[in-house]
Amino acid sequence: MVDIVTSPDPAPPGLAGRIFQSDIFYSFRRSKLTMVAAAITLIFFLIAIFAPLLAVQNPFDPAQLQLMNSRIPPLWSADGQTPFLLGTDEQGRDVLSAILYGLRISLTVGVLGVVFAGTLGIAMGLTAGYFGGAIDGLIMRIADVQLTFPAILIALLIDGVVKSVFGNQLDAMGTLAVLVVAIGLSFWVQYARTVRSSVMVEKNKDYVAAAQLIGLPAPVIMLRHVLPNAMGPILVIATINLALAVITEATLSFIGSGMPDTMPSLGTLIRIGNNYLFSGEWWIIAFPGFALAGLILAINLLGDWLRDALNPKLR
Amino acid sequence: MTEPVLSVKSLRVEFATRRGVLRAIDDISFDIAKGEVLGVVGESGAGKSVTGNAVIGLIDLPGRIASGEIRLSGLRIDNLSVEELRRIRGKRIGMIFQDPLTSLNPLYKVGDQITETIRAHSDVSESAARKRAIELLAEVGIPAPEKRIDAYPHEFSGGMRQRVVIALAICADPELIIADEPTTALDVSVQAQIISLIRRLGRDHGTAVMLVTHDMGVIAETCDRVAVMYSGRIAEIGPVQDVIRNPLHPYAKGLMGAIPTLAIEAERLVQIPGSMPRLSAIPPGCAFNPRCASAFDRCRVERPEPIPCGEQRVACHLYDGEPAKKDHAA
Amino acid sequence: MIAFALRRVIQAIGVMLAVGVIAFSMFRFAGDPVSQIVSIDTLAAERAEVRKSLGLDDPILVQFGRYFANAAQFKFGVSYQFRQPVSSLLKERMPATLELATCATIFALVFGILMGVYSALRRDSILAKLFQAVSLIGISLPTFLIGILLIYLFAVILGWLPSYGRGDVVRIGWWTTGLLTVSGLKALVMPAITLGLFQMTLIMRLVRAEMLEVLRTDYIRFARARGLTTRAIHFGHALKNTLVPVITVAGLQFGSVIAFAIITETVFQWPGMGLLFVQAIQNVDIPIMAAYLLVVSVIFVTINLIVDILYTIVDPRLRSTISRQA
Repeated sequence: MVDIVTSPDPAPPGLAGRIFQSDIFYSFRRSKLTMVAAAITLIFFLIAIFAPLLAVQNPFDPAQLQLMNSRIPPLWSADGQTPFLLGTDEQGRDVLSAILYGLRISLTVGVLGVVFAGTLGIAMGLTAGYFGGAIDGLIMRIADVQLTFPAILIALLIDGVVKSVFGNQLDAMGTLAVLVVAIGLSFWVQYARTVRSSVMVEKNKDYVAAAQLIGLPAPVIMLRHVLPNAMGPILVIATINLALAVITEATLSFIGSGMPDTMPSLGTLIRIGNNYLFSGEWWIIAFPGFALAGLILAINLLGDWLRDALNPKLR
Repeated sequence: MTEPVLSVKSLRVEFATRRGVLRAIDDISFDIAKGEVLGVVGESGAGKSVTGNAVIGLIDLPGRIASGEIRLSGLRIDNLSVEELRRIRGKRIGMIFQDPLTSLNPLYKVGDQITETIRAHSDVSESAARKRAIELLAEVGIPAPEKRIDAYPHEFSGGMRQRVVIALAICADPELIIADEPTTALDVSVQAQIISLIRRLGRDHGTAVMLVTHDMGVIAETCDRVAVMYSGRIAEIGPVQDVIRNPLHPYAKGLMGAIPTLAIEAERLVQIPGSMPRLSAIPPGCAFNPRCASAFDRCRVERPEPIPCGEQRVACHLYDGEPAKKDHAA
Repeated sequence: MIAFALRRVIQAIGVMLAVGVIAFSMFRFAGDPVSQIVSIDTLAAERAEVRKSLGLDDPILVQFGRYFANAAQFKFGVSYQFRQPVSSLLKERMPATLELATCATIFALVFGILMGVYSALRRDSILAKLFQAVSLIGISLPTFLIGILLIYLFAVILGWLPSYGRGDVVRIGWWTTGLLTVSGLKALVMPAITLGLFQMTLIMRLVRAEMLEVLRTDYIRFARARGLTTRAIHFGHALKNTLVPVITVAGLQFGSVIAFAIITETVFQWPGMGLLFVQAIQNVDIPIMAAYLLVVSVIFVTINLIVDILYTIVDPRLRSTISRQA
């Protein structure tokens, strides 16, 4: 029946032409925003990669910092000084350089964290889906319990435990590794669930049986056939997770459990800047804040678009 | 002759879309008298449901009634305000939808949905409304209504749920019931019961019924008159026996030929070649002309207007002017 | 129904056992409890004495049993940094966190549902589009940035609200409340908004999507055909059906509100459990970390349990399928 009349949806089914048209219109309008988001994300990554070429100083190198250059406001204000475009902080660190290097740290932790979470989750999902039974039950139970707890809490706990085990012997790179592990362990569940359900679907298909008949080991079949099928959703999860991982890292660093002042990420910079909120040196916190917000917003927009684009049901 | 309960004149319903205005209903007219059952039949997309929705004022944007008038016992209802229309809906016109599984709100007891409807239309107490609700459930044939009134919709079978829906439609004793494919979603075994219930209620209360369906069998059993719709127009309308025994419009002929029981007399089940055009691609002239075996030049350029032929009215150039042609066509 | 509740309770106990094992392992293995209690120049013999008196030489299972039995009586050991029983520290901090989390949730629910319903019913209006844009930004801004932004606006520039602390509190038994004093209420505004904003956007998006879905259903169409008022249809039928999934999400979100309170409390120096936990992490105060984990888990698991049972009460369909299964 034509339900044109009664549906409150302005794009009623039955008038196929309209939907088609509005769909294109919609995705066109949307993709413009997405293109901007993609461009911004790309720029952020490029900036992070080429930070040493772009920055006027290496903010991680104490020898390059001079206290006499401390708390200089941005260039366009009356007291601004070249080459400190966005001003300097208490230690004479150029804010722009610190952001460039901080972005590097944030994205490194984020990307590695996502890769770790993805690898772990995919492995767990394949194992659970392929073996089924008790192993499946165990892995999925762990996943269920973990899902009860917000990722940030898990990351904090792991971070805290590792710190208590190692004491204060951790250097900056060690902290970075701990962060990656903490984030990875906090976000694996979604990948595992997605991959598992995809394995469950594929497992009973004829080609798997056929491949088994000709003597291909099942894990090979799984990796070669199941994984590509699950790649779309995994990509979507990974993108959205990247934003979450960056937020988590920034949050941990902001709280003081993340990257140290000697090798600051964006979150660390915001924590440092937070001390100057009341004394009027707003630039120390504002620019790292903008950079972080912009980065996450861009990645989120990209993730949203990817989710819609890869999910034919939503279109 | 008394005034018909429902009188639709030159009704046009249009949908504004990005591709231009689509005419879902194009200039249809019909009446339904008190106690009469009018069947509206046609393929999907012919405009049957849109007609029903237009009468009860449930055409939503981007759709609108472009022209024509709808009268309920003489009162014009197509141009009423939202609030005036609401007062008529459910009170003077009851509606039954296709799928009883989805017509009832799953989170409310059926009794609450009935009393709510009663109290939306008359100023009665909760307990009086509840008493009336039990009577209604009994009337539509629900066993142990005083118990079942506190059950949730999911606790009823499909057929029983449709009975609840019917109870809701008649709870304010309406003059007109619009039943939009009331049996399509039901088991074949319950279909007949529901149809006879609607028929009986119509007779007992003197209610006019507009029965939208694509099931010719239901039409043959239930209706007094039938309107055959095609591409938003009425191809043929008339007393049900006349239309079934002696369909005039080539499309109606095809439809009747498709009824298995009737087709025994014919040589074989007739199938109409092709399919109904989309609203965006209605051909000039008679909308049926590309599928019509008897089409001639005039059919491709000029829209046929309804022509009275005995008790029937048919929109076909074959019957224009010369009565002789009728025999020829038949 | 009862069997269903019982099964859920058993599951909840299972989760708590798992968390207990983790908390115990942290307590026992991460950092040596002895060296935290005694000073560096204590003799080995004395250390052994302390070890024995703490029961650290008993079999692990015995130790675990003892830890769990103690935890069940809210005995979590002594904090390394404060030299005070952890339970009294937590008890002192808990009201602040619970008040903050509750206010944040109420804020999130009220505004989330209002904005969600509005943007579903008037979805082409400018305000609805504004809500959508705000929600995207709300999801993208980390909590601590929102907090800092609010502090900068309302404490630094405008000077309307205090930037840290809880204001004056009133003591009612062991509970302290900031809800009864002006300064307490003023201090609560920004932390509650900061904490609730993310949940608010989440609830708003959910309510909007669910409501649009519900408005498309047959029973809403039928409700209109029955001549019910628009008001009854939108706010009786549609809203009730919309809220069923919202309850679950909101309930489950309360858990993460408490977890995210860690961040908000750090930004606003709010004297709650979260701040205590962050300080514990920085000072490697394992007993507090373990106890926090346990307490928060109890809250999470209880909430999940309540939400599950509440859900079946709200949705009659579920109620009967469950009793049929049971």
